[in-house]
Amino acid sequence: MSMSQFTSSFWDLYISIITIVSIVGCGVLLVAQSKRRVAGGEAETTGHTWDEDLGEYNNPLPRWWMWLFWITIFFGLVYLVLYPGLGSYAGVWKWTQVSQLEAENKQAEAQFGPLYDKFAAQDVATLAKNPEALAIGQKLFLNTCAGCHASDAAGSRGFPNLTDNDWLWGGTPEAIKTSITEGRNGVMPPFAPALGEQGTKDVAHYVLSLSGLAADSIRAERGKPLFAQTCAACHGADGKGNQMLGAPNLTDKTWLYGAGEAAIIEGVTRGRNNQMPAHKELLTPAKIHLLTAYVYSLSQQK
Amino acid sequence: MSNDAAAPERLVEQSLYEVRKTIYPRAVRGWFAAWRWALVWATQLVFYGLPWLQWNERQAVHFDIVHRKFYIFGLVFWPQDIIYLTVLLIISALSLFLFTAVAGRLWCGYACPQTVYTEIFMWIEKAIEGDRAARMRLDAAPPSARKFGLKAAKHGAWIAVALWTGFTFVGYVTPIRELWDEVVSIGPWLAGGAAPQLGPWETFWILFYGFATYGNAGWMREQVCKYMCPYARFQSAMFDKDTLIITYDPERGEPRGSRSRSADHKALGLGDCVDCKICVQVCPTGIDIREGLQYECIGCAACIDGCDQVMERVGYPKGLIRYSTTTALEQKLTRTQMFRRAFRPRVLIYSTILLAIIAATGVSLWLRVPLKVDVIRDRAAIAREVEGGAIENVYRLQLMNTQEDERYYYVVVSGLPGIHLATRGDFLVDGASSRMVTLRVRVGPGAVKQGTHPIQFHVSAAGVAGVEVHEKSVFIVR
Repeated sequence: MSMSQFTSSFWDLYISIITIVSIVGCGVLLVAQSKRRVAGGEAETTGHTWDEDLGEYNNPLPRWWMWLFWITIFFGLVYLVLYPGLGSYAGVWKWTQVSQLEAENKQAEAQFGPLYDKFAAQDVATLAKNPEALAIGQKLFLNTCAGCHASDAAGSRGFPNLTDNDWLWGGTPEAIKTSITEGRNGVMPPFAPALGEQGTKDVAHYVLSLSGLAADSIRAERGKPLFAQTCAACHGADGKGNQMLGAPNLTDKTWLYGAGEAAIIEGVTRGRNNQMPAHKELLTPAKIHLLTAYVYSLSQQK
Repeated sequence: MSNDAAAPERLVEQSLYEVRKTIYPRAVRGWFAAWRWALVWATQLVFYGLPWLQWNERQAVHFDIVHRKFYIFGLVFWPQDIIYLTVLLIISALSLFLFTAVAGRLWCGYACPQTVYTEIFMWIEKAIEGDRAARMRLDAAPPSARKFGLKAAKHGAWIAVALWTGFTFVGYVTPIRELWDEVVSIGPWLAGGAAPQLGPWETFWILFYGFATYGNAGWMREQVCKYMCPYARFQSAMFDKDTLIITYDPERGEPRGSRSRSADHKALGLGDCVDCKICVQVCPTGIDIREGLQYECIGCAACIDGCDQVMERVGYPKGLIRYSTTTALEQKLTRTQMFRRAFRPRVLIYSTILLAIIAATGVSLWLRVPLKVDVIRDRAAIAREVEGGAIENVYRLQLMNTQEDERYYYVVVSGLPGIHLATRGDFLVDGASSRMVTLRVRVGPGAVKQGTHPIQFHVSAAGVAGVEVHEKSVFIVR
């Protein structure tokens, strides 16, 4: 798509004429200024004087110097024929930045393709034991994933730890691959309007008691029916979560937003919105396969 | 000129670009020519010979650009050592200042590659076409089989030297023995065999450097010094009245003129210059030194050697053209008085700075630790709370083992109460390579206040005293 489709073709002409006239003008100037008429027999000075008595001889330049000027003019014209430079004229070679990128990608594909193909043919569990595959997987992880999940993949507040055996959406190779490819969106709606201030606090204490943390037993007792009514739909009647929905297990010691009454009340009051972006547009299936193997290997070590 | 209105002006058309007038320097022998040849041998033995030396089963001097490592005998330089390249350039620049202040364009006259290769190419030219007079006759002669044969032989020899120079140049980047095998593989390819192993860039640089050598030393010669070289111009700016320059002594030489050997030239009113023009004929830049100091003079002292031989033959004292200074000529100083004036503030300051930098570089190289560490703190994952309320930060450490044996390194962290690694802290790193390791650093629950705290990583090589690097970073608690 050329610029002229949404601007006037006047600018194509404008640029082309200025460019060509300038180059031809340089040639004309060079011819016009290569000779001069001087009074014979005298060594001329430029007429400039510095520091009272320092003059400068107006000696001729070497002939090859003039050829350098002609070479630049010739180069400029050849360039404008081969490459885009005159308005929307695409040049004989039809070069664009995009075509160069595509050519380089193609070259990289040809160079690294066979290696990826070799790994793509093996299953994730096998690759998770192959140091060569894991080394590539780690590089992909550090480039793509470490920004949120940290360099050691142990996550951070709001970003899950990938090295333990506690999975929001499942830890099988297939589940991991789906998480990377399609992304995940874990939504917990805010329940403050439904539960009220006291109800929220009661539910929070019941949740604390589920994982054996210190809780007010009266509040926990009051919170139990509220939990069954409001939370169990996603987190399950026993609070062990649901990997189909990405609802976390509330009975273990893993807390994505920190343990404690305040963090739980905040979650229940405001809800949580956890998004893992899809990577199918960013990484090739072969790379996602290797990345899956690397992530899978992290929780298989213990 | 313009106020001389009465005389009709005779205007002549003149080109602003002139064809180069070929210079036919006459070969010269003597004390300074010997020095120049000594430097040609010294520099070129090093240049052509160095890449063939081996060290620890690798090329002794190898600039491995692909892997970004420069091997110079026992030393391995990494990109992080760029400071040493800077220092080398500073030392070179200061040396140039010092030598120029003391004795003018010494670099140009004796050691510059343009001079050195021109000297080699002129030697070949003389061996094939003969000396100045023979070459001038040959160029003036009409085309003939002999002329063509001599020219072809000369250019063939030049191109051979130039290609070998280009090959040697690339041999510092691609190990020269491998490069030789790659070059040899062109033979079977030309005979219709498999494609040669010589890479496109290797081919390009061999030809490019070869072409530059052939063009500059064979064709461009003095034009490089006169029109292209920036050093020529700024060296002239570093001259003063006590700088040794190549000078003609006009007081002794003038009035010049030829005379018969038996005549008493003083009675004839003549100076010592016999006007033989040897000094002009030997000059590689085609100037007449008797006109005084000129910017074209590269200080090669060929005219001194030429003139001294003539003076000896006619029985006059040597040194009509000699190394002298403007002050010495003006004040008729003796050589001792002249050399004493060399010790002036500019020379002493250059020398002091130069020696200080060389000494500091030597010490720095001697004390260099063959280990480099970069600490990269995870930025997005600021601080995480782990089981039991301990706070954890994550760091990536780039461990660079800059010497050639594999080594174990231990990482320890300090700077906060109870700070420790939650991961293993010992790592094996191969020789002359680097390894990225991920470390978790942990502080006990409530041990440290919220905020940013400075900490230190200490990395040391197992079993090697003195190989230790300390790097600063920060630990964040929120």
